[in-house]
Amino acid sequence: MTAEQVVFVLAAVVTLGSALGMVTTRSVFVGALWMIAVFGGVAALFILLGAGFLGIVQILVYIGAIAVLILFAIMLTPRVMGDPNAPRYNRQWPLVAVMASALASLLVALVLRTDWPLAQEGAPTITGFAVELGKGFMTTYILPFEVASVLLLVALIGAIVIAREE
Amino acid sequence: MVPYVAIAVLFVLSTGVAVMIMMVGSLFGPRRPTPRKLMPYESGMVPVGRAMQRMPIRFYLIATLFIIFDIEVIFLFPWALVYRQLGVFGLLEMFTFLALLVAGFVYVWRKGALEWE
Amino acid sequence: MSSVPLSWYLIVAALLFSIGAYGALARRNAIGILMGIELMLNAVNINLVAFWRYIEVTGLAGQLFAVIVITVAAAEAAVALALILAIYRTRDTVNVEEIDLLKW
Repeated sequence: MTAEQVVFVLAAVVTLGSALGMVTTRSVFVGALWMIAVFGGVAALFILLGAGFLGIVQILVYIGAIAVLILFAIMLTPRVMGDPNAPRYNRQWPLVAVMASALASLLVALVLRTDWPLAQEGAPTITGFAVELGKGFMTTYILPFEVASVLLLVALIGAIVIAREE
Repeated sequence: MVPYVAIAVLFVLSTGVAVMIMMVGSLFGPRRPTPRKLMPYESGMVPVGRAMQRMPIRFYLIATLFIIFDIEVIFLFPWALVYRQLGVFGLLEMFTFLALLVAGFVYVWRKGALEWE
Repeated sequence: MSSVPLSWYLIVAALLFSIGAYGALARRNAIGILMGIELMLNAVNINLVAFWRYIEVTGLAGQLFAVIVITVAAAEAAVALALILAIYRTRDTVNVEEIDLLKW
């Protein structure tokens, strides 16, 4: 077991364990805290994969902005607190459990059976990815870049219109 | 990958210290609750009113504005690293990106979502 | 080449996706459903970056697509939560089993 494998197993256990904790908790606020742990585990996996910039973006955007947004929304929609008989799941949860397990086993079997066309051993790796990303955004991938700005504009206007103070 | 080892060690150590402090506190500290001790702390005054007032939606609007402009900053970072090599063309492309988001900002401003009473 | 094979990352992503799918389909709280959707998007990002790293490291498309996915996820979370807050304002509930009647 090399060090990289140990770190990977640790990050994977944190991610999957927190995800399980998130979907099984009764209170959605505790679920949001588990979700922050999931995002942290995913950021660790990104850094292990050599995508440092993306790992930092994950922490900055997901934990710093999206998780905070979800926590605010949870605090703005308080339900009857501490109702121990309120079920966590809706009416169809056994069917969903079966379907999710079937999906998981199908995907895992598919991953293990496929012969992935891996890159060769001596292939060059990219260092300093943010620089390459900047160049790519401005030259080859300029269209997704501008479309992303339109998307952000639309989301901004939409969120302001819908959640306006009365 | 090697520079990140230091961050991982920092993270593990800080989590371990925080967990250990809380565990030691709850295992070895005496626990004798009285009704007065269990009331929520309000700087010595007796709490008045319900704990759960309706939060104004202003907080959610501020969080939404933050998320949108945070993503704009994410797109600004890589551009700022190669700004010199791209010349005028890169600058104009980024101005297009920023112009759309400035239009959104002006909309938010005129709609009064930036007022804090 | 790194000592962690590609299939391990893909298995983690597949399991995370299934857990997210379970959360998105089986919870009663609308915000809980949104959190399940965010888990699924994270699993997709892990897949994208793992394929980028193991199959074509010199290209950009893998990580760039992941950045776009993060952008879309954030924009969608903002709008979806605004919708949930608007529904809460009128119906006073976020339980999806009770919000099942369109206004006519």
